Amino acid sequence: MTAPALTVSGLTVAIGGTTLLHDLSFALAPGERLGFIGGSGSGKTLTALAISGLLPEGAEVHGSIRLGDRELVGLGERELSRVRGDVIGMVFQEPKSALNPLRRLGRQMTESLALHYTLSRAQRREAALRLAAQVGLGDPERIVRAYPHEVSGGQRQRAAIAAAISASPGLLLADEPTTALDVTVQRGVLRLLRELTEGDECSLVFITHDLAVLAEIAERVLVFDRGRIVEQGPTMRIVRAPEHAVTRALIAAAAGPAVPGARPRSTVEDGARGSDAEVRDDCNA
Amino acid sequence: MTRSAPPTARGRLIRSPRGLFSLVVLALLLSAALISLVWLPDDPNFSSAYRAWLPPSPEHWLGTDGSGRDLASRLIAGSRVTVLVVLGAAVVSGAIGLVLAVLAGLGPRWVREPLVILIDVLIAFPTLLLAIMLAAAYGSGIPVVVAAVGIGFGVAIGRVVRAELRQLAREDYVLAARAAGLSRWAVLRTHLLPGVAPVFTVQLSLSMGLAILAEAGLSYLGFGAPPSVPSWGRMLAETQAFISVHPAVVLWPGLAITLTVLAFTLLGDALREALDPRLGGERSAAGADAGSGATLGTATGLIAGLPGAPPDGPGVDR
Repeated sequence: MTAPALTVSGLTVAIGGTTLLHDLSFALAPGERLGFIGGSGSGKTLTALAISGLLPEGAEVHGSIRLGDRELVGLGERELSRVRGDVIGMVFQEPKSALNPLRRLGRQMTESLALHYTLSRAQRREAALRLAAQVGLGDPERIVRAYPHEVSGGQRQRAAIAAAISASPGLLLADEPTTALDVTVQRGVLRLLRELTEGDECSLVFITHDLAVLAEIAERVLVFDRGRIVEQGPTMRIVRAPEHAVTRALIAAAAGPAVPGARPRSTVEDGARGSDAEVRDDCNA
Repeated sequence: MTRSAPPTARGRLIRSPRGLFSLVVLALLLSAALISLVWLPDDPNFSSAYRAWLPPSPEHWLGTDGSGRDLASRLIAGSRVTVLVVLGAAVVSGAIGLVLAVLAGLGPRWVREPLVILIDVLIAFPTLLLAIMLAAAYGSGIPVVVAAVGIGFGVAIGRVVRAELRQLAREDYVLAARAAGLSRWAVLRTHLLPGVAPVFTVQLSLSMGLAILAEAGLSYLGFGAPPSVPSWGRMLAETQAFISVHPAVVLWPGLAITLTVLAFTLLGDALREALDPRLGGERSAAGADAGSGATLGTATGLIAGLPGAPPDGPGVDR
């Protein structure tokens, strides 16, 4: 099921008396690819969890999260679980732990599809094969029957993405989906996410601490720091002319050591950066 | 994909020597109990001073005891009590263990915390003492043995399975399943319970084995099966005084108990391995990549918010 854009206004989240998100407001157009960037604990993941209603027990949420014309804040567990998987899909950082090691990939890829729609066994199998092909998994016949430990990290992440998009959600939340992958695999997964969110059908929220990755996928960026959005704007503008100190620090971190005055230690780092630049060029080509 | 190990759990169970051994022993036990319902070599309770301490012979396969009762018949008839106690203990302890584990592991805080204390108190309470107290209140018999063993081991299972459930509930794939729209109940059914199944099975089969020992011990002490019902524990109790004169007579029930308990213990191990698809063959080379990494649950803190702090994972630009 596809639903239009997301509007978050005045979102404040407190857990155990500590306010972790302060008055966040942003909007997401249909089909838009939005990036969340920020250091650890800056609140980007928490925002994603708040959108999908998966905050830990005892979290206090104020403000409004509107998905299309539906208000999500204050919805009961039952209504929320109807939204999750169907209208909102989620992809997690560790493909290794985000898939149940005891279940075959085919079943996991079609879990939310089978939950939100009534499918026969054959239809479910067919859907698994179709999804496997859609996310670029070669040899779908083998993949859908395999257990997570029998495939590679990149294939696992593709399977996890397949699971997230199985019910054609209108919004895909990807929380550092490429961080645990090596550079070459990362490129493929980024390309896949870009393809999947090509039209107006599906919007993407891409969470990362890595500006280089974000530059490849996001059209617009929100910079998070300590539970606040400190800067937002088109990706290119943010990268070229950062306004906030945090953004500048993130860019500096992406370019080299974060400690002021520190100099690159060895040529190994230069080499590594060189190869990243190549990858980026490759992707843009 | 070529794999040396059989693909199904059942295949793996039968292929492993331990699994095969325990299945054979347990099949023998079960068939002995069933056969004893319709046929026995001799009346297990018929005693006669004229045939006391007979050596093994075609009439009395294993000989007779001091009261002249046929040992083979008593051994076969005794398997009924064993099977009853094992099944009863498995059902009672399994049910108690699962309910306790789910409530104490995943329930709301006000249920969870008192239950954990209750479990710890009950764990400290000896099963044998519980059985003796129950026997004092309700009279001795097999139901008392089943209840005492079931409660005692149920609590132990509950504690182990609870810890495992708590562990699994923090896994990313549980969060992912919730994100896919599964309700709490559906997550429990499709992810958590299958996840704890190996631990649960091992614990259950272990407690089935220990139930046999407990029954033997309680019967030995006189709290188990009534005197008219042959049981292995009672046979041990009745013959142990003569162990120096007629060692073979003590050997048979002892051997039966040992083999059955061993079979259950090994079954637990074999089942755990058979149920885990990851142990089904050699691990794929891809399984070794990617360290533990930060999980979603840990991102709720607001500690390391320093601008430009090193990212919490291997990024491309490092």
